[in-house]
Amino acid sequence: MSDNRTFDSPGPDAIYRAALESGTFQIQQCGSCGAHIFYPRAICPACGSTDLGWVTASGKGTVYSTTVVRQKPERGGDYNICLVDLEEGPRLISRVVDTPPDEVRIGQPVEAFIGELDEEKVVLFRLAEAG
Amino acid sequence: MAHMLRGATAIVGLGLTEFGTLPERSHLEVMAEAAHGALSDAGLTVKDVDGLFVSNFASPFLALQTAEYLGIDPTVLDSTNIGGSTFVSHVQAAAMALATGLCNVALIAYGSTSRSGGRAGQTRGPLGRVPYEDVYGPRNPIGSYAMAAARHMHEFGTTREQLASVATSARAWAAKNRRAEMREPMTVDDVANARMICDPFTVLDCCLVSDGGAAVVMVRSERAGDFPKPPVHLLGIGVGVTHDQIAQMPDLTVTAVAKGAPRAFEMAEISRDDIDVMEFYDAFTINTILFLEDLGFCAKGEGGALVESGAIAPGGHLPVNTNGGGLSCVHPGMYGLFTVAEAVEQLRGEAEGRQIDGAEIALCNGNGGKLSSQVTAIFGTGATV
Repeated sequence: MSDNRTFDSPGPDAIYRAALESGTFQIQQCGSCGAHIFYPRAICPACGSTDLGWVTASGKGTVYSTTVVRQKPERGGDYNICLVDLEEGPRLISRVVDTPPDEVRIGQPVEAFIGELDEEKVVLFRLAEAG
Repeated sequence: MAHMLRGATAIVGLGLTEFGTLPERSHLEVMAEAAHGALSDAGLTVKDVDGLFVSNFASPFLALQTAEYLGIDPTVLDSTNIGGSTFVSHVQAAAMALATGLCNVALIAYGSTSRSGGRAGQTRGPLGRVPYEDVYGPRNPIGSYAMAAARHMHEFGTTREQLASVATSARAWAAKNRRAEMREPMTVDDVANARMICDPFTVLDCCLVSDGGAAVVMVRSERAGDFPKPPVHLLGIGVGVTHDQIAQMPDLTVTAVAKGAPRAFEMAEISRDDIDVMEFYDAFTINTILFLEDLGFCAKGEGGALVESGAIAPGGHLPVNTNGGGLSCVHPGMYGLFTVAEAVEQLRGEAEGRQIDGAEIALCNGNGGKLSSQVTAIFGTGATV
């Protein structure tokens, strides 16, 4: 990862989105301090290095907080919004789907998948399979 | 050695518009009314102003627009936007500009028609798309603050009723303020049973959406005695920032008040016990609980119980948001300057039926973004300098 040039084209944001389009959820890891980073950066926010490489995220995470955005059924109905701590460390905002939105709980294990919102590929989560 | 900004500047003019619905008026007209009020209060006109501090969500060139509109010829101008705390940070910027002689009369002004203005030319303009966040539809800012409340409840057992008691305390203060929009009695059950917006917040956990404006005039303290009203001196100020997007906030139960407030207290050379009255940016009920904890008025996690005890309500030992706050007095998109306005009225002894007897020192806490930026300012009467 030491030859990664975060100031070249395409930049980290474009690389992340291209990977997501092709079905892979990648996060960055700093070659200098080892920190995992999300969202994509040009400079490591933990140590200032530009030696940033890509790793495929495990997709495993834990719900850090959660809310239900209440909305009339005719406007699409209620949906979940949550913060997920990935097992690699970074936290991201997302939705837990395929579960009633008010049954999502802080501390629940979740698994990422790539879905779509507003015709944009995004990382979403489902509750992890028990056991 | 005392900090060079301690007591170096003072607010000598305050202007407020009516609050609520101001139909068929532009945000500049509302701002101009507040600015004119503040300058008249100080015996000045726009022609005396050479430092201009403004901001809103809609206008990237607001400082130029405002200077032109008011006929001000500024040597210093600043329209930085760090969210609703901006106007408290403007107090810091104005103090620096005044103390260094870059300007002599600083005007900090805000006006908005958030309620009645629709989308045109007011503060509910585009916030800019935040990558990695907006696509999920978090209904910002409400969703972000709701997740902070949910986390606080999870970690510390903070209850639905404790959140509601923040809103009922603010309402009890608002009942004493003839300017406040919402003065009808309100109970904890009213708050808890209102329409759910983003769990755990009902609509009554959320601030108002108002039309309104405020403005203050600041000068160096050496000439602060030359104006009609008693000066309100800036004793200390501290800025703290943790994040922009809520997913980047390190701990949703600890705000940047924990970073900025100690700097403000150090500059002011006072302790918590010296504070007579506090004005917080209570965009949502969880704010007040977080700020009480992060200022050290109770241990982390005990803010809910502190509020539920009645401490911040009329008659309590820690009066907070004596005007009724953003929850019950006024909230025109960005509330920061209204915390300063209420501190000025309290320290001048002009707060009528809500006056804290003998108030000498007031603390303001501006909040911005999604709990992102926090600015703590400490003001005092002439006796405290």
